[in-house]
Amino acid sequence: MRPWLALLTREIGLAWREGGAIGTALGFYLVVVAITPLGLGPDLNLLSRIAPGVLWVALLLASLLSADRIVHNDYEDGTLDVLTTGPLPLAGIVAIKSLSHWITTGIPLALLAPILGLLLNFPIASSPLLVLAMLAGTPAVSFIAAIGASLTLGLRRSGVLLALLVLPLYVPVLIFGVSTVSAAVTGPASPWPPLLMLSAFSLASIVLAPLAAAAAIRNALR
Amino acid sequence: MLNLGPHAIFIWAAYALTFVAIAILTVSILIDDRQQRETLAELERKGIKRRSARAKPASGKKK
Amino acid sequence: MATVTSLANPTRFLSIVDAVVPFLAGLTVLLLGIGLYLSFFVAPPDYQQGETVKIMFIHVPSAWLAMFGYMLIAVASLGTLIWRHPLADVAAKTAAPIGATFTFIALVTGSLWGKPMWGTYWVWDARLTSMLVLFLLYLGLIALWQAIEEPGRAGRAAAILALVGAINIPIIKFSVDWWNTLHQPASVFRMGGSTIDPALLTPLFVMMGAFTLLFVLLHLISMRAEILRRRVHALQQIEVQRAGSGR
Repeated sequence: MRPWLALLTREIGLAWREGGAIGTALGFYLVVVAITPLGLGPDLNLLSRIAPGVLWVALLLASLLSADRIVHNDYEDGTLDVLTTGPLPLAGIVAIKSLSHWITTGIPLALLAPILGLLLNFPIASSPLLVLAMLAGTPAVSFIAAIGASLTLGLRRSGVLLALLVLPLYVPVLIFGVSTVSAAVTGPASPWPPLLMLSAFSLASIVLAPLAAAAAIRNALR
Repeated sequence: MLNLGPHAIFIWAAYALTFVAIAILTVSILIDDRQQRETLAELERKGIKRRSARAKPASGKKK
Repeated sequence: MATVTSLANPTRFLSIVDAVVPFLAGLTVLLLGIGLYLSFFVAPPDYQQGETVKIMFIHVPSAWLAMFGYMLIAVASLGTLIWRHPLADVAAKTAAPIGATFTFIALVTGSLWGKPMWGTYWVWDARLTSMLVLFLLYLGLIALWQAIEEPGRAGRAAAILALVGAINIPIIKFSVDWWNTLHQPASVFRMGGSTIDPALLTPLFVMMGAFTLLFVLLHLISMRAEILRRRVHALQQIEVQRAGSGR
């Protein structure tokens, strides 16, 4: 089996067996979206207007929750050292791990979003575009999260530090993601320009983020 | 005295806060600088020198 | 380039700093004095904003230094990662709190300028929002420096983070600009009005110069303190070793 495929299968298998990580992220997503109206009041008009923003912000936070498992577990038990001696370059290893995070966390969160949108009076008709926008943006979320995870290897309170380091970098994802969804819901602006920019940002992240993350891992393993 | 118009309070507040922020920054940097110089002088007094400073006098001294 | 490599020797750097600081301090104080005098007693009120335009004399220099500080850190980060310049990570580490302070000042003065001008303390316009994000990036750098104990590893990690942030900043700025064109109401908020009265330019430039000198002064002193701190640490380790091995 090709090495990259073997690693990818391993990563997804681990995440699946550890079930709790994926479940926790989804559960967190649900909790945040559920308590927001409790804080803002039940006015359905208000909720439907802020729904895109709330759905995106909660998604970012839920993704960050599970971000450290991208590299931390393997760092702690020495697997990361072993992987670096293997046939794959470190940037490739991080890319596969980020991809696995997207498959096991990003995609489920994106698929859950329309259902949670119902809590916020988000129109069902716009769900396909909501899911599309999130599928376009979550790769950036996973790949950039890997940078944060790599920088905080072995540190105390790494979870909170990771979030602090990475959230400002998500500003473009948030802006273009919410604009796509808002445009789809309220029109007349077209959702395609922000969607394209979101996709471009994701693609750029897929290419560049593993390089930064690999440098950070090399630094930590020194 | 200066007449800074109806919004004078904002102007004073802006300058005052700026002054305070810069003062805190400056003082903390100066204190840190002084602490390091004092600690270094203390250590050198005790005879603990850096290798390049110790290289010049008698050799045969244990590192 | 030759100057940069000649400054790589910490001892030489320290002696240069010791020589330059008193002179630089005097010059900074002088320039600040002139700038404040010009701002308060010479600059005329703006025809639109009245006297509140005086806040511009501290807001604009602070905002400029916020960006200058980050650019400095980005260049120093390249120095750490690519050229392994020995003082690069010292420069980056010490520039962060100074840059963060000026970013904070820019945000606060921007807010205080905004209240009399537009009636609110905060506005999510492109400039203030970008400045807020820049502040968060600074905080991230400082937090990372604090979190990693070994200075070599900390320096390289912070350098990576700084460069990732630097690449992201234009994208963030672009996205915030774009976001603002969607939501901007009819009137366009522009700091300082549509044109700046030439009589206001002189105090502004003097203050810009004064603030920049202040940044450089504080940065040099801070770098000296950091270099000494590392020496102290090394000596303390020798002290401990000696005590442990009984001389």
